[in-house]
Amino acid sequence: MTLRDGREATSPGHAAPELSELTVGDIVAEREYHLTRDSLVRYAGASGDFNPIHYRDDVAQSVGLPGVLAHGMLTMGVAVQPVSDWIGDPGRVVDYQVRFTRPVVVDATEGAVVRVLAKVGAVDEAGARIDLTVTFADETVLGKAQVRVTAEG
Amino acid sequence: MSVNPELVGRAFPPTAPYTVGREKVREFARAVLAENPLHFDPEAARQAGYDDVVAPPTFPIVVQESTLAQLLAEPDAGIDFTRVVHGDQRFSYTRPIVAGDELTATLAVTSVKSLGGHSMVTSESVMTDASGSHVVTAVSTLVVRGDES
Repeated sequence: MTLRDGREATSPGHAAPELSELTVGDIVAEREYHLTRDSLVRYAGASGDFNPIHYRDDVAQSVGLPGVLAHGMLTMGVAVQPVSDWIGDPGRVVDYQVRFTRPVVVDATEGAVVRVLAKVGAVDEAGARIDLTVTFADETVLGKAQVRVTAEG
Repeated sequence: MSVNPELVGRAFPPTAPYTVGREKVREFARAVLAENPLHFDPEAARQAGYDDVVAPPTFPIVVQESTLAQLLAEPDAGIDFTRVVHGDQRFSYTRPIVAGDELTATLAVTSVKSLGGHSMVTSESVMTDASGSHVVTAVSTLVVRGDES
C-alpha cells in the first residue's frame, strides 16, 4: 500500500473546521492515492468481495474488461477519506453516496493513481454537503459523489 | 431472463446479527487507506465520545453483502450474478458504527426497472443495533446487463 500526500495540509487531530464559515465552492481537501494490486487484494480480504475481476488478469480479459479493476467500493471508500480527515471525526459523515460511472484499471506494475478533490456543495444550519470529484487518468470515475457532514462535533 | 419485478415489496428475514469487531474495523480502515486515529485507537475514540473505534463510512458494505446474497439466492429473482455491475451506492446514518455493535440487516427491494435491455435493481438494507434502534441504511443499485444480441 502506497499513499502519496497531496497538497491538502490538514491532518487528523487538527481543530475541527467551522462549517458555518464555509462558502459554496471552497476546496476543503485535495488528495492523490496510489492503488496497487496489493491494495485490491487487501480490500478483497477486508470487505469479503472476492470477485476475481479484481485480481486476475485472465478473468478480467475473459469478460471483456480492459484489465483488472479496483472494486467500486474501494474507490468509494478511499474517496471519502480526505473529507474524514478534514472534518476530524469520521462519525460526522452522516450520508455518503456515489454513482459508479467508469472503472479504475489497476496495472500490475504501475498501479493506478486516483485523485480526489473535495469542494463545498451546500451549507446549512445542520451541516454541509461536500461534493467530490474523483478522477483516474483525467476522467471522472464517480458521479454524484456527495458527502453530508453534520455540524455537531 | 430478466429480473423479476415481483421482488419489489417481498419480505426478507433479518440477517443473523453481525458483531462489529475492533480488529475488523482496523482491517477495513487500512484497506480504504484511512488514517484517522478514531478508526484505530480506542482511547482516542473514547476521548471523542465513542464507546470504541469508529468504522469508516463505507463499512456497512460488509454487512450489506449478506443481504445482497439473500437477493441473489432467490430462486425466481432472475439475476445472473456474472452480469451484475454495481450502479450506485449510498449510506445514510442515524449514528456512526463502533466496535461492539451488533447489527441486524433487513433487505427490501425498492425498485426493478428496465432500461435499454438492462435491468436496474435497487435495494435497501436497513441496519439496526441490538436494542432495535436504526443505525444506517445502505441503498444500492445493481445493473444487470441484458443478453448480448
